[in-house]
Amino acid sequence: MDVRKLRDSLARRSMFTLSVAVLSLSFLMALGLYQRSRPVLDRISLRELLFSTLWQPAQGHFGLGAFIAGTLWVTAIAMAIAIPLSLLTAIYLSEYAHRRTRDLAKPVVDLLAGISPVVYGVWGVVAVVPLVRDHLMPFFSARFPFFPFRSDNFTGYCALSGGIVLALMISPIIISVTDEVLRTVPQAIREASLSVGATRWQTVKHAVLRKARIGITAAVILGLSRAFGETMAVLMVCGCAMRVTPHSVFDAAYPLPALIANTYGEMMSIPLYDAAVLMAALVLFAVTTLFNMAGWGILLRFESGDM
Amino acid sequence: MNVEYRMEEIQLEAFPHIQVQHLTVAYGGHVALDDISIDIPERCITAIIGPSGCGKTTLLKSFNRLIDLQDEVTVKGRILIDGEDIYDPRTDVSALRKKMGLLSQRPQVLPMSIYDNVAYGCRIHGIKSRRTLDKIVERELRSASLWEEVKDRLRSPAARLSIGQQQRLCLARGLAVEPEVILGDEPTSALDPLSAERIERKFLELKKDYAIVLVTHIIRQARRLADYVIFLYLGKLIEHGPADEVLNRPKHAKTRAYLSGHFIEDASP
Repeated sequence: MDVRKLRDSLARRSMFTLSVAVLSLSFLMALGLYQRSRPVLDRISLRELLFSTLWQPAQGHFGLGAFIAGTLWVTAIAMAIAIPLSLLTAIYLSEYAHRRTRDLAKPVVDLLAGISPVVYGVWGVVAVVPLVRDHLMPFFSARFPFFPFRSDNFTGYCALSGGIVLALMISPIIISVTDEVLRTVPQAIREASLSVGATRWQTVKHAVLRKARIGITAAVILGLSRAFGETMAVLMVCGCAMRVTPHSVFDAAYPLPALIANTYGEMMSIPLYDAAVLMAALVLFAVTTLFNMAGWGILLRFESGDM
Repeated sequence: MNVEYRMEEIQLEAFPHIQVQHLTVAYGGHVALDDISIDIPERCITAIIGPSGCGKTTLLKSFNRLIDLQDEVTVKGRILIDGEDIYDPRTDVSALRKKMGLLSQRPQVLPMSIYDNVAYGCRIHGIKSRRTLDKIVERELRSASLWEEVKDRLRSPAARLSIGQQQRLCLARGLAVEPEVILGDEPTSALDPLSAERIERKFLELKKDYAIVLVTHIIRQARRLADYVIFLYLGKLIEHGPADEVLNRPKHAKTRAYLSGHFIEDASP
């Protein structure tokens, strides 16, 4: 056979094999986690594992409820801060800013996206935690003594600190992707809207964002997934107090990734401990996958409506 | 001299709606329009012709200040519309653009339903009443001869229409805000011949009520539609006058060369 054709077929096959290997890796990971958490799943019902907040490994109680609640709580706070911050910044950069401002700001944003999480964590400890402890917590807890502000945690290590650090970590990604998405909106759409007398903001709100909403949703999901699995930052500033279900943004939270990073490899003498921690990893894996799938499901529905 | 005389005749019939005075537009260092002065008559179709890159679209988009969107653009000179300089810093740009309806090269429907596309401009300008909007949408769709085709699916996305229907929808959207001038930037260039003809017929109807400025690279289209013709070449105004004059008895060698399809470089001045 011709050598060129042989190479071609070889290239195709090896690329196919590699793609399959990469794709099957996620299935293998899920399978592996499931296998290793079998022991705890066999003893304790799934319901108790997911919803019980009783975590006493020595007594054989492995309720992940508090950790799952902690993860959701911190992520929700992070997204509540990050979404408006990122979208408005991206809109400014793509729709309003002068080209030179944009050319200057874009590399800085991309740089922020690439900084190691541990740096954000340290920054959280030295800057965000004192801010929350000395100013935000005393102010809000005293003036608004109700959900979600009432708390008796005066340390500053809390869900809000974690949320702020996470928000600043994921914002650069959301900004960067959203800005790219907005730039793919045809200029003619803006011209069409402006030429019936719409202002810039009306054009952005009614025409540009509408056209770009699929891509923006994707950008937000990307940020959400990252926030969900982020470990280092939450480990360092969330407080990580055991057996606490947060009732306030100022309560300590103990998200799943922090639990896994903190405890896996230690205290292995306790029976079922490692199985329970791997179960936590499986839950994290499943929830992240679910969020992604829900997100893409929304995208596909938008697309089939070809708006 | 003959041309000058005829021009005055047209001006006597109609007050010049757009007056361009010593307009120079540059993008960065590149001069796109060089010292253009011209009056554009009311209730006429004015065609801007010339080879690609001659500044046709720039001239058109300077009328509704869409060139403001370009980076590093500088504008010198004045454009008077209804006697007011639109490049005055006090000008309300949105109000100006509402006056100048634009039909672009490729139909650009907004990402929403057919109904919402037509109602878009009215809603922007604060009309909320359902009944008023229904009336406007029906009137404009009928006037763009699109009503019969879409009346049963007003709620479906505008992107599902054919290209020809989309362009008529864009026309309806532009007319819904009751502009004074219609600007067309090669509005038939993306359309099939039949749809193009419908748009052309529509333009001939509309010129009873509007001043229409049409950028075109199709000389036959200019012959069919235009009352007045402007010929631009490399950002310079070479010749302008009544259509019959410019298209059939061009005075300038460059115009002659362009109209007969020769390379303009070859034409002796």
